[in-house]
Amino acid sequence: MSEELLAPMAGKIVQVNVKVGGSVKEDDEAMVIEAMKMKTPIYIPCDGSVVRINVNEGDDVEEDDVLLIVE
Amino acid sequence: MFDAIQSLSATTGFWNLTPGMVFMWAVGLVLIYLAISKQYEPLLLLPIGFGIILANLPLAGLMEPGEGLLWKFYEYGIQWEVIPPLIFLGLGALTDFGPLLAMPSLIFLGAAAQGGVYLTFFIANSLLGFDLMESATIGIIGGADGPTTIFLASKLAPHMLGICAVAAYSYMALVPIIQPPVMKALTSEKERRIRMKKGRKVKRLEKLLFPIIATFVIVLIVPASAPLISMFMVGNLFRESNVVERLTKTSQEELLNIATIFLGLPVGATMNAENFLQWKVIFVFVLGLCAFILSTAVGVCIAKVMNLFRKNKINPLLGAAGVSAVPMAARVVHKVGQEADKKNYLLMYAMGPNVAGVIGTVIAAGIFLTLLQ
Repeated sequence: MSEELLAPMAGKIVQVNVKVGGSVKEDDEAMVIEAMKMKTPIYIPCDGSVVRINVNEGDDVEEDDVLLIVE
Repeated sequence: MFDAIQSLSATTGFWNLTPGMVFMWAVGLVLIYLAISKQYEPLLLLPIGFGIILANLPLAGLMEPGEGLLWKFYEYGIQWEVIPPLIFLGLGALTDFGPLLAMPSLIFLGAAAQGGVYLTFFIANSLLGFDLMESATIGIIGGADGPTTIFLASKLAPHMLGICAVAAYSYMALVPIIQPPVMKALTSEKERRIRMKKGRKVKRLEKLLFPIIATFVIVLIVPASAPLISMFMVGNLFRESNVVERLTKTSQEELLNIATIFLGLPVGATMNAENFLQWKVIFVFVLGLCAFILSTAVGVCIAKVMNLFRKNKINPLLGAAGVSAVPMAARVVHKVGQEADKKNYLLMYAMGPNVAGVIGTVIAAGIFLTLLQ
């Protein structure tokens, strides 16, 4: 089973805490997005390992962009 | 020789100092301290604090009608309705109505939060004996909108302008402390967990038409709100047109900053000892706080009422974002929501009622002006 992590809102990714291949648990902090001058953590949707990360620190993202995929 | 020294010393300020003036220096210094060390709305409280000190320097005559420097800033900037609308031009250029257009029903929450303004107006007038104009000025503090408060005060109760502005900006800085207890008291954990259904995508044409249509609708209904609304919408039209980036940037940055300087100093300077050292001032601060709390509470309650009729429930916390401290109130909503459910991202949904609240406060001020002036 794989699950995509979508950007909850438009903003700038200021921190990426996971690596491709790393194992993660649901509710781990995956990234930090900055919008309206406020930093908000984004959490991993399910247990598994990260198979792909689509963004780098400093990237601007739109709402619903796929940030990473957990399998 | 001795006489000469004596007459020279009589022209210094020291002989004309009053205890009230020294007290006002302390008030000014406290605001400067809060601005610098606590970073409470420093862009405004810093010049306001210094303005208070300047207005209470004996013989300096900075607020002398017709002559004083700060009096000229006040008369031609604020009394002539120039500076607050210029601030609104900048705010319009900074505001994205996208979140509101994505979920237009949230506009009710922006309107609902003005309930606190009117409740406070009635409390001030009927229970505490302020006259109608003073009560309106105190009530509008609950809209959490500095320029609107100053605009209304300059028309209805100029003697209370400084105090109401300081109360509005101080409480705005305290929004993250004032709002959460009210929001939590009025909602259950389950309600705070409600996740919002995604809004629809907003087309560019809608964003372009919004400022034009909104100007027609609002100014035709409440003509007294025209100075603020028209400038706000022209700034927003600059922004959304994408063809006048130079004007957008100037409105958002340089012009807004210049206007802020000319707003803060004279607002502070209206606070002389006679105006400030009255028992009424304490009530203004208490009522201002009360207005913030009531606006938050009414917003949350109306959101819950809306839920009774909706299939897609909205998170009632969004009601608190109708208090138009942009984007502070929206951030508070987001944080309180995330406390209940880590993966609940309310920020962008909260921006809808938040920007609607700005318009709501201006309309509330326009209604007061129409009825009371």
